[in-house]
Amino acid sequence: MSNRMYVATRKGLFTLDRGRGGASEWSVSRTAFLGVPVSMVLPDRRDRFVYAAVGHGHFGAKLHRSPDGGDTWEECAAPAYPPAPEGEEWRCTARNIPIPQSLELIWALESGGRDEPGVLWCGTLPGGLFRSPDRGSTWELNQALWNNPSRKAWFGGGMDYPGIHSIVIDPKDSRRVTIGISCGGVWVTENAGRTWDCRAKGMWANYMPPERKFDSDIQDPHRMVACPARPEVLWVQHHNGVFRSRDGAMSWQDVETVKPSTFGFAVAVHPAKPDTAWLVPALSDERRIPVDGKVVVARTRDGGKTFDVLRDGLPQRHAYDLTFRHALDVDESGDHLAFGSTSGSLWTTDDQGDHWHTVTANLPPVYCVRFA
Amino acid sequence: MPQVTFTRNIQRHVSCPACQVDGTTIGEVLEAAFSANQMARGYVLDDRGALRNHMVVFINGTAIRDRVSLTDAVPADAEVYVMQALSGG
Repeated sequence: MSNRMYVATRKGLFTLDRGRGGASEWSVSRTAFLGVPVSMVLPDRRDRFVYAAVGHGHFGAKLHRSPDGGDTWEECAAPAYPPAPEGEEWRCTARNIPIPQSLELIWALESGGRDEPGVLWCGTLPGGLFRSPDRGSTWELNQALWNNPSRKAWFGGGMDYPGIHSIVIDPKDSRRVTIGISCGGVWVTENAGRTWDCRAKGMWANYMPPERKFDSDIQDPHRMVACPARPEVLWVQHHNGVFRSRDGAMSWQDVETVKPSTFGFAVAVHPAKPDTAWLVPALSDERRIPVDGKVVVARTRDGGKTFDVLRDGLPQRHAYDLTFRHALDVDESGDHLAFGSTSGSLWTTDDQGDHWHTVTANLPPVYCVRFA
Repeated sequence: MPQVTFTRNIQRHVSCPACQVDGTTIGEVLEAAFSANQMARGYVLDDRGALRNHMVVFINGTAIRDRVSLTDAVPADAEVYVMQALSGG
């Protein structure tokens, strides 16, 4: 059970610690970067370092790290794109705008494997994947993915440019990394990034022209997670619905049974039970609000055959909270979850979602929630 | 020598004291200002060395025109102001 969580928001980073009263006893114990957008936070469970990505409106995206769980912070290197070859320009094929070879946003941060201390992976807009061997002191762009011709098909989803928001490092083989891109599908490397394959077979995008809707490299996975104990089982909340893979992304199955809606952004999976997953549905692409103004969590315990709609303790009248893709987390026990909303609410549960508790309704819009 | 002054807004995140530096283009002036302050460079210029999208630089009260290659001329007695554009706020 984790007694600490980090909440990255539009206006700063909040550390919350749990008191003795369980899910109802979380409270803010520390703030950092107040007034500054914090796009991502990573508590590294290997060494207690914490990383916070800030996105200054004027001054660009930066990365800070803390060696002591958030007591003190120092700015470290932000990923930087190397210069583009002379005369080369990649353009977004959907809108015919140039894709800058420049860091726009840090959208994903993950620890490397247990066997590679200090290694970090970072997903960014406009679509570059970076790796650091030294806790963020230096970064290197993964050229194999960046120069893959399929990147020309990618386009922005909710952003001006394509972005990598999900990075899954296989706990059993650190060389195996799976990433999710809005909008560029799911990509897998088996050799630590030397080569990549697009693996989105089975995903489909009803909002695309009929002749393009099954193309793997234009799919829009909003968020992708894997079960740590069974990393070949992946769950994706996609723009077009929910998909699950049981074979390491080689194929995907459409999960159509989610109630009350298959649209949303966030998904979490139990650390040991690959058939148990949680989603926070919203009404639809066109109306990104809870169905009927009621905040609910959808939970399956049978791999998506059926879903429970969990609402105990969540607002059920005129609630218009949306949960972004990184704003739902489950701890290492699999019993405790937390999620935050665009309206600044934060809820926790100690029983896999049967009962929820409101920690606060007054945070800035929540981007990311992570247990330490 | 041109005098370079940075917005108060940036000082919260990285120290940027006013300075007098050599240079005949705004690119040369900024590089000279950042030569002893590399951390500040990334707050004003992006990975490509271009002026960040929501930053502005004034030379004697006139905003620079070449935001990518930074070739605008800087007179020897110029006052250069580096500040945030309200568009990014």
